[in-house]
Amino acid sequence: MTVSPALQPNGAPPSRMTPGRIGIYAFLVVTALFFLTPLYVMIVTSLKTMGEIRLGAILALPRAPTFEPWIVAWSSACTGLRCNGISVGFLNSVKILVPSVIVSIAAGALTGYTLSFWKVRGAGLLFGTLMVVAFVPYQIFIYPLVRVLAFIGINNSIPGIVLIHTIFGLPTMTLLFRNYFGALPPELFRAARVDGAGFFRIFWSVMLPMATPMLVVAIILQVTGIWNDFILGLVFAGRDNLPMTVQLNNIVNSTQGERAYNVDMAATILTALVPLVVYFASGRWFVRGIAAGAVKG
Amino acid sequence: MNKRCDVSIRGAEIAYGTIKILEKFDLEVAQSEFIVLLGPSGCGKSTLLNAIAGLVDLRDGQIWIGGNNVTWEEPKDRGIAMVFQSYALYPRMTVRGNMSFGLKVAGMPPAEIARRVDNAAAMLKITELLDRRPAELSGGQRQRVAIGRALVRDAGVYLFDEPLSNLDAQLRAELRVEIKRLHQRLAATMIYVTHDQIEALTLADRIAVMKDRVIQQLGTPSDIYRRPANRFVASFVGSPAMNFLPGTFAVHDGVPCFAAAGISIPLEGYGFDARPQPGAAIELGIRPEHVEAGGDLPAAVEMVEPMGSDQLAWLRLASQPLSMRLPADTPIAAGQSLQLRLPADKLNLFDAASGRRL
Amino acid sequence: MMPVSFVKHRLASRLAVGLALSPAILVVVVVYVGCTAWTMWISLTASRMLPNSTFVGLRQYASLMGNERWQVSVVNLAVFGALFLAASLALGFLLAVMIDQRVRAEDLLRSIFLYPFSMSFIVTGLVWQWLLNPSFGIEKMGRDLGLDWFRFDWIVRQDMVIYTLVFAAVWHAAGLVMAILLAGLRGIDPEIWKAARIDGLPPWRVYLSIVIPMLGASFATASVLLATSVVRLYDLAVAMTNGGPGLASEVPAKFVMDHLFERGNLGLATAAATSMLITVAAVVAPWLYWQARQRDRRLAA
Repeated sequence: MTVSPALQPNGAPPSRMTPGRIGIYAFLVVTALFFLTPLYVMIVTSLKTMGEIRLGAILALPRAPTFEPWIVAWSSACTGLRCNGISVGFLNSVKILVPSVIVSIAAGALTGYTLSFWKVRGAGLLFGTLMVVAFVPYQIFIYPLVRVLAFIGINNSIPGIVLIHTIFGLPTMTLLFRNYFGALPPELFRAARVDGAGFFRIFWSVMLPMATPMLVVAIILQVTGIWNDFILGLVFAGRDNLPMTVQLNNIVNSTQGERAYNVDMAATILTALVPLVVYFASGRWFVRGIAAGAVKG
Repeated sequence: MNKRCDVSIRGAEIAYGTIKILEKFDLEVAQSEFIVLLGPSGCGKSTLLNAIAGLVDLRDGQIWIGGNNVTWEEPKDRGIAMVFQSYALYPRMTVRGNMSFGLKVAGMPPAEIARRVDNAAAMLKITELLDRRPAELSGGQRQRVAIGRALVRDAGVYLFDEPLSNLDAQLRAELRVEIKRLHQRLAATMIYVTHDQIEALTLADRIAVMKDRVIQQLGTPSDIYRRPANRFVASFVGSPAMNFLPGTFAVHDGVPCFAAAGISIPLEGYGFDARPQPGAAIELGIRPEHVEAGGDLPAAVEMVEPMGSDQLAWLRLASQPLSMRLPADTPIAAGQSLQLRLPADKLNLFDAASGRRL
Repeated sequence: MMPVSFVKHRLASRLAVGLALSPAILVVVVVYVGCTAWTMWISLTASRMLPNSTFVGLRQYASLMGNERWQVSVVNLAVFGALFLAASLALGFLLAVMIDQRVRAEDLLRSIFLYPFSMSFIVTGLVWQWLLNPSFGIEKMGRDLGLDWFRFDWIVRQDMVIYTLVFAAVWHAAGLVMAILLAGLRGIDPEIWKAARIDGLPPWRVYLSIVIPMLGASFATASVLLATSVVRLYDLAVAMTNGGPGLASEVPAKFVMDHLFERGNLGLATAAATSMLITVAAVVAPWLYWQARQRDRRLAA
């Protein structure tokens, strides 16, 4: 039986755009829209006038977009008794962020380095305890820590909140660096010792420069975590140094009378801006950070 | 019960984007034949095997199995079974589970499944392992299970993708024998991919030596070993490797000769495929076991490697290195001089430029 | 007789190590162990606004158990936790599987699903509070489309508000679960997929019977991370509903904070905090132990 060549299966099979494949794309697109909607609504609401908002239609584009709510949010929104806008909180968050990131990463890197390369009795126990405590809710520590910081004299101050962020960042940061250093070839360390380098010299000149990828990951994790923090800043930073998240909550949730939803959304975006920028700028590094921090031990 | 299909690959073309893996490739595999695709990595043999299995689509050409055009068929509808280099066992299932899962999903009655699994387990001597998990097995045992999973499918063609490459030398030798026994017993069609020429020589009915996506030579192990079609096949097959001497083709008093620095080797009795021009640059190939003592070619012994059952002597002939295989008890030492004879009927001549057999 | 320089070098190293580890040791001892012990001690005393060292045994715990606010908080958290865990794992798994199907624009899709995780819980809570606003949010949008019967005022209903918290939290965390499971999926030997295809297994069967069992460790990691954030739930509840309406979205962490500061009852607050600790320990300890066993088994093999 001869079949004409045109009907014989030959080469690549016909396109397999099955209903299954279409279903996959449909699901992904719908879910993506669900995930994007809050961001879209945030932006759109912040550009509308109150009159337009009162009419409803939360998903509609602004008819006469205006940046007025943003200006109000930044410079004249009321957080509690003061009405200087959320710019105050932005500055505070920056003042808290920079030293906290530096000190917490330095402490974690040093501890991770020590536990990785140097034989310490009880290293396993120390590391294990650090890891366990990472799961404990902050509420256990709050009252005693307030007392301790007050005793030292740094409660309700920037140094105080920096210390707190270092304390609570130590488990994750140590984990990051210990795992990273542990994966480096041990010959590096031995070669440095043979060269006569001492403890801190090896750390500063050999290991730290090699740890650049992990430094990037650590910075991403800490910037995101510390900027987004609410509870620690609320308790330990003091009324003059409240971070942006606390101020944001005050602006939105403690207004009497009619709420200025557009100003609220503008303030919300401003607060979310720094981590969002870090997120979109870091791309795959963000995912690396999650993977590194999620693998505990 | 055994289907024993023949396989026909016609004009196959496989490409990833703009990179061509195979072009206008033809191969016929007979029923019950054990054919080995032998070649270095990157020659396209694994891709070809995956295409026969249906895991890779062709860009052009057809694949026929057992008289059916299966070019567009899914792997499960082609009547094939496959054994992978990394075993690919399902880690959370027992051995029995691994072997029976595909059949269970296909709706086969449990009694039939049990019969096939027990049969295959007995053939491969893994009956005691049926209730263990892959993690509890050694590499050799895992590979037997992988072969068992293929056997229960009762396929028309069995495909092997470098199945022994992850095993150590001793296990490799053991399982090689097992696979050959299996083939004798089942008389199934088997297509086997490897880069190990010993596996090819011991297992195959025919070998397709591949390089750079092209079949260099297709023939029985004996053909490939005794009359390699080009320099690549000659150097790739055989261990210890063939010796090569560069030189020129000359005719002295009507007798064709191989001429190199100061020596001349008569070529009477050599079966020419193509006759070169006098003065053409050629290469002479001869295997270490075919180099004989008692001739008139002067050579100096530089080093001797004892290899257990025999010894390998490294000589210098016409300022070229030459290895020679001798029985273990022949007295020979470095510094000695030997007179060698290279018999013409054991020689292989290749064109120096193209590598083609002359 | 060892050379003096050698001894001095060893000593210098020992000192340096001690110095470098002193922050960690201090933190572990003073903060982690010390503060925990201190909190637990206070929970056994009669402290109210100020600490009081009268030992009263488990009386604070007894009054905690009888406290209506605490009871509601615990129930709320249990409901929230179960739904949040299930929904995040399910959605995260589906997303990971879909993206693993060699879809185009994978990077873009991953960015979209993961960006909520980069945002603060306060931001998350406020945005969702706005979206679910009955007068101006989704409910209004539904009504404007002509659907007069459309209601979505869960955020102001005592019986439904906890589910709004679940929505917002799942939106925040599903991307994280997706990232973890996707990494696990990518770690599966591709030859297993080939073997499954030759065995004729339909894709859903492969996922169910082969892939999911292989992802056990990834699921465990994701679950533990989610579970710890369940217990810590505070920012989201404060921003989105502030525990309301009434007590309907109160959570244990908020109970502790309120009683530590506004309501001035140290004894009750520390008893509540200790209860939270015990719950977390009960969940995390077995997992950590299992992880340590796995590591030892791997090292021994």
